[in-house]
Amino acid sequence: MALPEPPLLAMHGIAKRYPGVVALDAVDLEVRRGEVHILLGENGAGKSTLMKVLAGAVRRDAGDVRIDGRPVDLGDPRAAQRAGVSIIYQEFNLVPHLSVADNLYLGREPRGRWPGLIDRRAQARNAARQLEALGVALDPQARVADLGVAEQQMVEVAKALSIDAKILVMDEPTSALTEKEIERLFAVIRSLRARGVAVIYISHRMEELFQIGDRVTVMRDGRHVGTCLLADSTMDELIRMMVGRSLTEQFPKRTARIGEEALRVEGLNRRGVLHDISFSLRRGEIVGLAGLMGSGRTELARAIFGADRIDTGRIWLRGRAVTIGSPQQAIREGMGFLTEDRKRQGLVLCRDIEENTSLAHLGRFTRAGVLSPRRAAETAGRLAAELRVKTPGLGQRVVNLSGGNQQKVVLAKWLCREADVLIFDEPTRGIDVGAKAEIYQLIQRLAGEGRAILMISSELPEILGLSDRILVMHRGRLAGEFRGGEVTPEQLLHCALGAHPVA
Amino acid sequence: MMPPRFLVTHARQAGTVAVFVVLCLILSLLTPHFLTTSNLLNVAQQTVINAVIAVGLTYVILSAGIDLSVGSVLALAGVVLALALQAGWPVPLAIGACVLVGAACGTVNGLLVAFGRLPPFIATLGLMSVARGGALLVTDGRPVSGFDASFRWLATGEVLGIPVPVWCMLGVYAIAHFVLKRTKFGRYVVAIGGNEEASLLSGVPVAACKVGIYALGGGLAAAASVLLTARLNSAQPIAGLSYELDAIAATVIGGTSLMGGQGSVFGTLVGALIMGVLRNGLNLLGVSSYVQQVVIGAVIIAAVLLDSVFKGSKR
Repeated sequence: MALPEPPLLAMHGIAKRYPGVVALDAVDLEVRRGEVHILLGENGAGKSTLMKVLAGAVRRDAGDVRIDGRPVDLGDPRAAQRAGVSIIYQEFNLVPHLSVADNLYLGREPRGRWPGLIDRRAQARNAARQLEALGVALDPQARVADLGVAEQQMVEVAKALSIDAKILVMDEPTSALTEKEIERLFAVIRSLRARGVAVIYISHRMEELFQIGDRVTVMRDGRHVGTCLLADSTMDELIRMMVGRSLTEQFPKRTARIGEEALRVEGLNRRGVLHDISFSLRRGEIVGLAGLMGSGRTELARAIFGADRIDTGRIWLRGRAVTIGSPQQAIREGMGFLTEDRKRQGLVLCRDIEENTSLAHLGRFTRAGVLSPRRAAETAGRLAAELRVKTPGLGQRVVNLSGGNQQKVVLAKWLCREADVLIFDEPTRGIDVGAKAEIYQLIQRLAGEGRAILMISSELPEILGLSDRILVMHRGRLAGEFRGGEVTPEQLLHCALGAHPVA
Repeated sequence: MMPPRFLVTHARQAGTVAVFVVLCLILSLLTPHFLTTSNLLNVAQQTVINAVIAVGLTYVILSAGIDLSVGSVLALAGVVLALALQAGWPVPLAIGACVLVGAACGTVNGLLVAFGRLPPFIATLGLMSVARGGALLVTDGRPVSGFDASFRWLATGEVLGIPVPVWCMLGVYAIAHFVLKRTKFGRYVVAIGGNEEASLLSGVPVAACKVGIYALGGGLAAAASVLLTARLNSAQPIAGLSYELDAIAATVIGGTSLMGGQGSVFGTLVGALIMGVLRNGLNLLGVSSYVQQVVIGAVIIAAVLLDSVFKGSKR
């Protein structure tokens, strides 16, 4: 046997401190050539910070980084790029109105006849070659804005490879992809591995990791917990490493006490989006809304909540017919909407926890037009404690919180408003395993307190584990309805794909 | 040693105040005329107009908007005031009409932004021209002057040794600070600026708030025109040229983010004072007004530059 090859990437003793928080505490990470290395950990465990150090976006306080055995300076993103590091973030860095080829060579355009001119033909040729090498059928001249998410991601991958990335970091690459697209992505990742590229892969979807990963490094609270071969580990072990405890009972059984009707929707239509949707939701009930991406689940939620206009259809709340023309009205009627995209639609990131918590119900803290910040802070403090929001204080801006804690702040907002018909849209998207379990418990508790809950989710275990009843959407219609506990994942998927329900 | 908590949470404001204090120290060392009661009152007097306009702009900018029309609105409201006074209206009524005109202009801005979905830059750029034209039209381009002594008191009067305009400014700031911190409207302004969509989905009446914000901006520009008209004893249709830029500068120096969502009324007051002290000090030192422009511009750039350096160091 030959001598063990030095790792392609070796990060040792990496430390990063922010005021009041130790983000990274002497973390080690070694990645070999031609491996898919999973980076696992709850949100706030330090994965992103570590990757930002690698990308030159964050300066480390201590530690050294070697690539190919040579120490590298990662002072800024360009230096990291020169060292062969490329990162694909969840939010893509593409210019939507430029073509695929333009994006691939942005900033490195092949020079034309005169300085300042671009050799467009060479660029197109190179782009085509790059895409072909990846095995991706994409037109280099297509406008990026016209591509789907999966295709845009391929453009990102191609871009990374075109700058000779030796180390490719992918942050939650599958969060917006369909099953089929994920498989294509995995095929591409495997071909990269075969070419000797090291892929660092961050994801919260445990099942995926075993399909694609070679080794895994687990982080917790800014520390390195362990690195092992995926082939030698089980999901339970990994989860235990991540959270320091086992999560065998992710979905504790509860006895639902289902009460009277809270919400009824009849014949809801929105042209081209929603077709003839009728269903009801009872107090104490959790109804899961399943379906593929683009099947109209979020659109349904927005329509009910008054965020989008409906063409026809009627809505009853607690047995009373209501017309909901705006979110304001929906909120007055006791509805709450936890949006899919917390950062863009759920929170005012640059403001603090108290301000975000009280935003939907300032009237509660107002007397004679004067707001009492003290009372708002009391309530926000009580809710934050009740929901176990991890924070140094209520004055913390929510932008500094981890995903799970941000989600809790959104939830606190609706609890502050005392909303009793709650719509959760992907409540655990981008949230780590430990916080997920907490969110599940919260959802169950809220239902236990007599609230009615409609939960949109793309994660089947979540839908199956939590729902009393499951509605499935397909192309803007309700395609099936199941009782929780009486349906298999296969049946749900079948229905979501538009085949006849097996039930 | 950890700095006191207040300084941590209000680091930016503490910085602005520090700059102001250092500036004053330097000027008092350079010229004996700076640190005199009469000169300081003079600075306050000169700051008043810009400071009052800047309050309105602070609200607008906090909501992630911009208002370029305030200078022109000041002129229009000023000539309305002057014409009303000349026509023999009682002073309070004339002032009421003036503020109403300003608020109406602001409301138009707000409606265009909130319901017409125009970018604030465009809507207020349009109104900037419309209001200026209106002011020129009603006066035929001539200044309107000659008012009752009771009106002049607003500029020349003193209460407890402090000029009336300064009291007015302090009153406006106290109220604006209170409204921002302690009312729903204030919270909504900041929330809209921080994340409009999240605010909308949280039930914030976004459109109504925007109309209110721009109406407030216009109303405060009109209020400034009352003080200006009283001081000059005349209203000019060409008054207030480029005042919007001074007000934006005061707001930005005061630490309010042009992206919206972050900033304070207090910071704007200090920002306006910094500009006032700088102009005054340069005058005392005999620096030409051409050079003054250069200096003020550099200060604005430095303020924002420091902000971005400060933010950058946090990465």
